[in-house]
Amino acid sequence: MKSKVFSNAQDALFDIKSGSTIMSGGFGLCGIPENSIHALAKMNINDLTVISNNIGNSGRGLVEILIQDKISKAICSYVGGNPDLEKRMMNKEIEVELVPQGTFSERIRAAGMGIRAFYTPTGYGTLVAEGKEVKDFDRPCILETALEADFAIIKAQKGDSFGNLWFKETARNFSPLMAMAAKTAIVEVEELVEYGEIEPENIHLPGIFVQRIYQGQNYANDIEFLKTNES
Amino acid sequence: MSWTKDEMAKYVATLLEKGSSVNLGIGLPSLVAENIDPSKEIMIHSENGVLGVSGRPSKKDVSPTLINAGKETISINQAASYFDSSLSFGMIRGGHIDYCILGAMEVDCERNLANWMIPGKKVTGMGGAMDLVNGAKKIFIMMTHFNKHGEVKLLKKTSLPLTGKNVVDDVITELGHFRPNGKTFEIIKLASGVREEDCKLP
Repeated sequence: MKSKVFSNAQDALFDIKSGSTIMSGGFGLCGIPENSIHALAKMNINDLTVISNNIGNSGRGLVEILIQDKISKAICSYVGGNPDLEKRMMNKEIEVELVPQGTFSERIRAAGMGIRAFYTPTGYGTLVAEGKEVKDFDRPCILETALEADFAIIKAQKGDSFGNLWFKETARNFSPLMAMAAKTAIVEVEELVEYGEIEPENIHLPGIFVQRIYQGQNYANDIEFLKTNES
Repeated sequence: MSWTKDEMAKYVATLLEKGSSVNLGIGLPSLVAENIDPSKEIMIHSENGVLGVSGRPSKKDVSPTLINAGKETISINQAASYFDSSLSFGMIRGGHIDYCILGAMEVDCERNLANWMIPGKKVTGMGGAMDLVNGAKKIFIMMTHFNKHGEVKLLKKTSLPLTGKNVVDDVITELGHFRPNGKTFEIIKLASGVREEDCKLP
């Protein structure tokens, strides 16, 4: 078997091209693939379609490549907290498809699971339903289609050389779903561990969904809003 | 004269049944977490992938990977669990969450909610709100009674793009507790010293 282990972000992202569709994990700045994003910022590519819940936040994360004008289309659920994206959206400098977050995650999951489309009550009677088929079950539902990508860039806390992954706390969010939905899932980990080191019961994503893995470095793990019981 | 933000949060917390589950939206609703009586054993859900949120952490327990949907650091209770976004929204859409408390730009008599964009002026995106209003068993709106231009946010009919059609159960503002009934807003409770005419209900 060809090894899935790459030495760094630059090597692991070698075939991402202009026009590629890329999913990027993370909720706000929690669990974002920091090394892969920095590597994208150094690549001479543009016209990317990026699928990510927030497209970065607070001037960080994917905002690094957003402000380089590398993204021509963004598919996301939330713009609040990302003034760089809101500004570009209002000025029509970027195409933005806003998707309700549950529909967003389910469309991604569906792609990875081989489900082509599904009916959901979410968004019925709103702008989100415009142009979509409506069917009445116990209540009216709209037809939503699977969302796939050429690449997924995600981060896990721990991973082994087969690509079995373990995520920390709420950093899991969209990442395992995106790995399943992309043709090539590129994972960076804080700890690259020995083959078989993660107990089978504790594997959050089996390595069959992972094509490339590398040991990341210099994680910022930014906190957006620090709240403590002393503040 | 009217409730403070904390008084609003305390009041909303009293509406939640013992042993229930609740999702708290960003902003005002997040204050409810601090005001729930622990003996009620309420499980707080945050759609980014945690059930069992337990208020703010002590300084030494802060973790950048443990946050709520408002991207604020949190702590968890002993029965808490973590999961991916699809399972999280399965809890919501599948009807497993008892209450959802959301902020709003406008609410109307027909139980419609608008809280994600003002055309040409502001777009925050819907985030998880459209799923929440179509999935949770009871939808409470917790918001200021008037917008920053002094206009009442409880309307006969909203003209803003909807988050959900016919979804709102109750509305709690600094002036009181109101229930849309198709024609108007029924007054359930007024904050002390507030008169009905202060509320400018449609």
